Amino acid sequence: MSERVLMKGNEAIGEAAVQAGCQCYFGYPITPQNELTAYMSKRMLEEGRVFIQSESEIAAINMCFGAAAVGVRTMTSSSGPGISLKQEGISYVAGAELPLFFVNVMRGGPGLGNIAPSQADYFQCTKGGGHGDYRVIVYAPSDVQEQYDYTMLGFDLADRYRIPVLLATDGILGQMMEPLVLKKYKDPGDLPSKEAWRLGDPATKEPIWITSVRLGEGELEEHNFKLQKKYEEIAEKEVRFEEISLDDADIVMVAYGTSARVARSAMEMARAEGIKAGLLRPITLWPFPEKRLREIADKVDNMLAVEMSLGQMWEDVRLAVCGACRVHLHGRTAGGVPEETAIVDQIRKIMNSKGDEIIRNF
Amino acid sequence: MERIFTMPEAMKPEQTLYCPGCGHGIIHRLVAELVDEFGIRDRTIGIAPVGCSVFADKYWNFDVISAAHGRAPAVATGMKRGRPDSFVICYQGDGDLAAIGTAETIHAANRGEHFVTVFVNNAIYGMTGGQMAPTTLVGQRSMTCQLGRDPAIMGYPIRVCELLKDLPGVAFMARGSVDSPKNVLKTKKYLKKAYSNVLEGKGYSFVEIVSTCPTNWGMTPVKALEWLRENMLEHYELGVFRDCDAEA
Ligand SMILES: Cc1ncc(C[n+]2csc(CCOP(=O)(O)OP(=O)(O)O)c2C)c(N)n1
Ligand code: SF4
Ligand SMILES: [Mg+2]
Repeated sequence: MSERVLMKGNEAIGEAAVQAGCQCYFGYPITPQNELTAYMSKRMLEEGRVFIQSESEIAAINMCFGAAAVGVRTMTSSSGPGISLKQEGISYVAGAELPLFFVNVMRGGPGLGNIAPSQADYFQCTKGGGHGDYRVIVYAPSDVQEQYDYTMLGFDLADRYRIPVLLATDGILGQMMEPLVLKKYKDPGDLPSKEAWRLGDPATKEPIWITSVRLGEGELEEHNFKLQKKYEEIAEKEVRFEEISLDDADIVMVAYGTSARVARSAMEMARAEGIKAGLLRPITLWPFPEKRLREIADKVDNMLAVEMSLGQMWEDVRLAVCGACRVHLHGRTAGGVPEETAIVDQIRKIMNSKGDEIIRNF
Repeated sequence: MERIFTMPEAMKPEQTLYCPGCGHGIIHRLVAELVDEFGIRDRTIGIAPVGCSVFADKYWNFDVISAAHGRAPAVATGMKRGRPDSFVICYQGDGDLAAIGTAETIHAANRGEHFVTVFVNNAIYGMTGGQMAPTTLVGQRSMTCQLGRDPAIMGYPIRVCELLKDLPGVAFMARGSVDSPKNVLKTKKYLKKAYSNVLEGKGYSFVEIVSTCPTNWGMTPVKALEWLRENMLEHYELGVFRDCDAEA
């Protein structure tokens, strides 16, 4: 039987990484993810593995690049300002097709912003973030258990597709305590071997070159088309979402992470007063559940994006439904967390509105 | 007949694309000869930096990774920590090591990371066409100091060995040059010491090599060697700056 404990989100991520065989953790302190770096500083050394508090986030991500290149599981974690610094390295990891797991415990921005919970890095998380034509798989857990589970899965997917995988969480999820089942890590058994491409292995016969430089005529385009094929495969196979009370819904909320927790209670409140609300909770932000949203849009007149950012996810919902229904926005920012009653107020307004009107809460 | 001179096994049989008189080719060869001499080709990983040596993988016959500009020491750290039985050579130019990658360099040295750094100081940004480097001499002209480096505006050329030598993590630190066969051989001796230190687990080992960039200095290869001797060696003194064995 797996053990049940009470744990903070940030520490649950750390423990899941240790269980999943992460060999090297590199990080730099930043709130609200400090518990994760602190946890790893102890646990990794206890396990005889590598922990370095790097001189900067730039160094941390490049240490990950090196560790990934010799074929060991590696991770880093940070929050907005640090993730921005890591984008150069993430782009290199993507270009060189190395496996990487990283965590963004989101806080308010832009700039130094504040240390309050936020989802303001949605664009950065889902649209690449660094330079060049690449994608990153993004998990958006909404409780401590999911932060644990998707960390484990994240390491597997990083290895399966040789791609950076991001766990996008926020200051609330990272710091809150919830009961957690410490599931044992199970190797899927079918992950591709790293023997053919890892560096420094005396067993490989020919010298190996790991790079993201492709200067030859057409060489980079060819490589990027190959990456694109991989991204299409991921979009086909790895999209995840949860549907709650959609069958009879007249209005469907779309929300992830902390926002989804609030949207869920708002949904129950709305139902209590007779409004049939439902919730679609994306668990992967990339790939985004766009196909499913398009299907749902044919059955309802209204959707409401609920997010702790000002319309970043809303753009993806609108793109997905392609005009098939109205998509409204309930956005809070910079530490503002959506409130159930305010969401229900807006739902009432939406249900009483007509025509093409798009209703926002701000 | 006895064959007395061959291509090192750790070097691919390719002609380098470096300009005539460029120091990179000589230094690549020294790096490779020592990989063979220590018999460590199968576990060596070289780092190709961002700079003219970005394609070092085309010449070295062992594993190579290309790092982002200045990040080689962090990448080296990740590789060596992730795979302690590997032998990592962190090859960097002056822009890479002493400008954009200064922080990574200082902290890798300070942690006493177990890899060899080969620092090619040609006092210029070669690859991007001859801009000022942190090591460009006072008065030296470049694309971005066309009237000559003026320290009042642009600061002074950094002496990296002198800056790093007192960090306790450093096991060996020396500065050589490729301006003459004699100095090439001496540089090889320094490199050899750096390799053996790392192989024996003594810690961070660093060899700066004063080198040439005839193309961006606007000189013939012969003139470039003269210029190096007459100007660079005065500011960049050759010799050993740190040797943990001598101290012990
Ligand atoms: C982040 C980033 N900034 C700038 C560049 C452009 N760039 C490429 S090489 C180089 C300078 C290299 O000079 P140095 O390290 O001295 O190497 P050399 O070519 O002289 O051997 C620069 C600025 C880059 N590739 N990446
Ligand atoms: S530009 Fe300078 S450093 Fe680059 S290959 Fe030519 S001579 Fe060498
Ligand atoms: Mg240079």
